[in-house]
Amino acid sequence: MSSSDPSTLNPQLSTPPAWAGGSGPTVRAVHDEFHGDLLEISMGPQHPSTHGVFRMVATLDGETIVKLKPVFGYLHRNHEKLGENTTYLASMPYTDRLDYLCSMTNNWAYALAVEKLAGLNVPERAEYLRIIMGELTRLVNHMCLVGFLFNDLGTSFTPLLYAFREREKILDLFEALTGSRMMCNYQRFGGCRVDPTPEWLAAANKVVQNFPRFLDEFEAMLTGNEIMLARTQGVGRLSRELAISAGITGPMLRASGVDYDLRKVDGYGFYPRFDFRVPLGEHGDTYDRYMMRILEMRESVKILQQAISEMPLGPIMDPKAKLRGFRPRAGEAYGRIEGPKGEIGFYLISDGMPNPYRYRVRPPSFVNLTVLEDMCLGHTVADAVVILGSIDIVLGEVDR
Amino acid sequence: MTSPALSLFNAPFAALAIPGPTFLERAPLELRDWFVHLFPAPAQWLVHHLITIVAVLAVFGLFFAFLTIAERKLLGRLQNRLGPNRTGPFGFMQPFADAIKALTKEDVVPAAADKLLHFLAPVIVCSFALMTFAVLPFGRHLIPLELDAAVLYFFAAGAATELAIFMAGWSSRNKYSLLAAMRALAQLISYELPLLLTVVPVVMLTGTLSTQNIVLAQGGWWHGVIPHWHVFTPWGFAGFLIFLVAALAETNRSPFDSPEAESELIAGHLTEYSGFKYALFFMAEYFGMTALCGLGVTLFLGGWQAPSVYLQFIPSYVWFGLKLIAMILLLIWIRGTLLRLRIDQLMRLSWKLLVPLALINLLNAAFWFQAGELGGAFAIARWPVSIGLAVLPFIAFGRRLGRGLGPRTYRYAP
Repeated sequence: MSSSDPSTLNPQLSTPPAWAGGSGPTVRAVHDEFHGDLLEISMGPQHPSTHGVFRMVATLDGETIVKLKPVFGYLHRNHEKLGENTTYLASMPYTDRLDYLCSMTNNWAYALAVEKLAGLNVPERAEYLRIIMGELTRLVNHMCLVGFLFNDLGTSFTPLLYAFREREKILDLFEALTGSRMMCNYQRFGGCRVDPTPEWLAAANKVVQNFPRFLDEFEAMLTGNEIMLARTQGVGRLSRELAISAGITGPMLRASGVDYDLRKVDGYGFYPRFDFRVPLGEHGDTYDRYMMRILEMRESVKILQQAISEMPLGPIMDPKAKLRGFRPRAGEAYGRIEGPKGEIGFYLISDGMPNPYRYRVRPPSFVNLTVLEDMCLGHTVADAVVILGSIDIVLGEVDR
Repeated sequence: MTSPALSLFNAPFAALAIPGPTFLERAPLELRDWFVHLFPAPAQWLVHHLITIVAVLAVFGLFFAFLTIAERKLLGRLQNRLGPNRTGPFGFMQPFADAIKALTKEDVVPAAADKLLHFLAPVIVCSFALMTFAVLPFGRHLIPLELDAAVLYFFAAGAATELAIFMAGWSSRNKYSLLAAMRALAQLISYELPLLLTVVPVVMLTGTLSTQNIVLAQGGWWHGVIPHWHVFTPWGFAGFLIFLVAALAETNRSPFDSPEAESELIAGHLTEYSGFKYALFFMAEYFGMTALCGLGVTLFLGGWQAPSVYLQFIPSYVWFGLKLIAMILLLIWIRGTLLRLRIDQLMRLSWKLLVPLALINLLNAAFWFQAGELGGAFAIARWPVSIGLAVLPFIAFGRRLGRGLGPRTYRYAP
């Protein structure tokens, strides 16, 4: 219990605490006889709410966090080295396992990088399919996030199971199209793997049309709840400056009020053709991060409605693309898209061989996790769990 | 006033020829008397008390078993799933399967634990939780122990379980357990106060600490339909709501389950318990919940009194049971619905909302009683005044508590 020497505590403690007019957290920086020792607890890797095998070594003053050390790597699978030792196409199913909730967007980002490298074009219908799959994945991911966030907030699974009910419908669509619910392995270099039937599109349209009703109900039940407001508003603030300098992306960055959405910035795929808005938060606290997800889901539904109704007919693969003996010319490429968690990117160097010379993943949840301590300091253990939940991490992606 | 110990031994056994309105009303007592008379006279008083204890243990043991399955099934339905349905018809044998599992599991005691305290904690928590049942009037004549200071005894026994929870957390030598134990102690002591303060007006108006007399004082009906239960008065209704919130916190139920917050502290003070010791804690928690709900029924919902004069043919213990079950189902509903409060918010809720409201409620009850004594126009005018005294402070204090919180509007990128 006495392992925490005050001199090793976070340097942020030297700034005056909030009650003294400073910007620092309201924690005690000195170790004195009257207050006794600080308590160091290790939350994880086996803990109900570390979302996998994440570990937080938290130093507590009473219940207030004065230091928090994230420890990860328990799920390390050598993903990048595997990618350098297999062919380009063989890495595609591996990318499913990065962020196992959003296999479609992982596939897309990887396909985009390889297409840049090999100079392939994507047919129009395939671009529409990618957008439909990407936005459905966003719905799946955000449903999981808000459900698990409420679980961390202490509901006994009720909102989570209702969120999962809606997620199931989308997973059923994925299964019908790709044969797998979560490990979809759907994108190919220069297009998509299978073409949906009109029945599938009709089923997808029905799911999308019914989704806003579910969201309305979910929000009516939970968003205005007093306990929810008290637990999340003002908790885990992430300032705009820190968010930018730490390289945060995705809904977490937009919750801090930064207008940065790759769908608008890069305009990859056919996103510029679609009419959607980018919601922005102001306070950068847990409530804003939660609301960003809810509002993004509403925008995703709008994109999906447009994409399904305007989808053109045509091929779904670039005729130039070849699956066997695929060797892109030597060079390098970085493909990135706006994944549900933030910027998911793949950096590839090719030396003309069937396997990449260098294969590097830019995982959004790993980068977003780096500011965990800054958000948790001065809050309690209960808040740390909620803040971690609002970051939206998947350990498969963090540890790779 | 006789001491508890004395009245235990001086139970007026001869005076138990009970005049009851129906056979069903008398049946449990007649059965007991018949059994007691099988024994020689010197042993009769002992048998009399033993059989009472056995009856309470059996009835509430089974009640606990079916309460767990009811909770799991109801939560399942609330959560859009079925709940346990594999063991026996509709899954109703599940609690017995659980009991066998708990009994046959390995009992792991941490190497660094204080072995004696670690063993004693579940025993103490369970026995004190059971002791509270001694003073609950389950029916017109069904009360295990008729005490003059029954309410006082109930809270004394109930407060002792807090000690056992701290023992469990301290002796486990686990940091989560310790944090949970500190949370539990702080929470239980804070909520003991509003809980007691809501009981005071009832005691004040009925003029007795005996639970049976409190129920009797709520007898009678207005035009034979609306019963004279305390919950149908403004102060009683407000008191009942405060009692309900405080009871939720006292029994560590959601949304006040911080001491065993699963997402934060694993299982709180139960983290290092396994097998039957864990089951004992679990049992004690449900016994505590049942007992507090029973007290709530006794103090505010008219105890075993029928809701209408025309429904008196149904035995009194059935009414008590129905009210008890209704209250417990309400708690399960709340558990399936609400989020958990943080421990500091939880304390603030008690000290800044519930305690002032309970104190004002005390004045409200006194005003109600005095205005009723004066009669005439006062008896009618006391209704709006008393409702105002109950509602306005709630609005005022509640506003202060929720200051700075509220829904937000969001802008979109240009």
